[in-house]
Amino acid sequence: MNLVMTPSDWLAFFGHFLSLSLLAVGGAIALAPDMHRYLVDERLWLSDPEFSSSIALAQAAPGPNVLFIALLGWNVGLNTGGYGAAVLGMLLAMCGVLLPSTALTYSASRWAHRNRTHRAVRAFKLAMAPIVIALLVATAWLLASALYGKAHAGISWLLTLACTWIVWRTRIHMLWLLGAGALLGAFGWV
Amino acid sequence: MAVAPVAQDDEVAAARPESLSDLFWSFSLLALQGFGGVLAVVQRELVEKKRWLTLDEFVEDWAVAQIMPGPNVVNLSLMIGGRHFGIRGALVALAGMLTFPMVIVLLLAMLFAGISDEPAARGALRGLGAVAAGLIAATGLKMLPALRKNTMGPTACTIIAVLTFAAIAVARVPLLGVLLGLGLPACVWAWYRLGRA
Repeated sequence: MNLVMTPSDWLAFFGHFLSLSLLAVGGAIALAPDMHRYLVDERLWLSDPEFSSSIALAQAAPGPNVLFIALLGWNVGLNTGGYGAAVLGMLLAMCGVLLPSTALTYSASRWAHRNRTHRAVRAFKLAMAPIVIALLVATAWLLASALYGKAHAGISWLLTLACTWIVWRTRIHMLWLLGAGALLGAFGWV
Repeated sequence: MAVAPVAQDDEVAAARPESLSDLFWSFSLLALQGFGGVLAVVQRELVEKKRWLTLDEFVEDWAVAQIMPGPNVVNLSLMIGGRHFGIRGALVALAGMLTFPMVIVLLLAMLFAGISDEPAARGALRGLGAVAAGLIAATGLKMLPALRKNTMGPTACTIIAVLTFAAIAVARVPLLGVLLGLGLPACVWAWYRLGRA
């Protein structure tokens, strides 16, 4: 993909990540659907495979899952040109998504710790619980449907469901599952 | 998430990070062990091995890290670093959590870019993606037991969860719309139920 991004495009890019930061309740991965809508559908800055591979690579690598956002920025930058733009995209994406949330969390965590028995604090925690859980499952659903176009869709869904069940119900290390998934994919079975 | 148990006042953690560099390297090591997410490793390392937190403190901190916006484990590192060394500690813990994993994930991405035209590489990534989707779904399902004690009641929780899923996965509503349209009424309902409990 050959992309031209003006400084104002970069500003809009940074602004979008800034504006999403405070919505990342339940983890950065909860932002994935909205980022897909913005970066892939609306702005055409990333292709569908680039988007899903960013998430898959970040999941396969050690570290917090939020690094998929670094990869999204990196790939948008790469689409416009060289590694310089890629580093710029990565830094803008990570700073944008982390600055507001870390500032808020740092100050609010002290406040919430002092007021943890307060009715409003407890109501907020209780109300967010089912939303956060459903958000995770919905994210998985969207990722899986973006991934499986036509071929092998049935077997791929089966693999996703099997992994869901294994991680949910057993203590098998995730590294084995990721390795198995990569192998099955490399042989063209999923 | 159920209301976290309030930590006993007489129960304090047995250890604390010795210095900023101890904090940085501890979080770096922690992050580098976390494949497919760091949460499980955090609990094992910080509570069971290093004893920087008691289990009660961990549960309470995790509840806050979880409901605050931002990546959960990043929030947790901020809170722990901040508690021991103020704002400098928070930033150092954050740097530890992100620096090395960021380098590794970029190396992986560059490595993958070189072979991304190979059908086997594309296939492997599809397979990884299928597993990754499963990991995310399972993370959500593992949190289901927390709803059992939720004061809003099982019916309200089910309705809220199903509506959230439908809005995001089927109707593709932006997140802000979901948080305003479903989160606000849920907060009001929880507030009301807490008053009656």
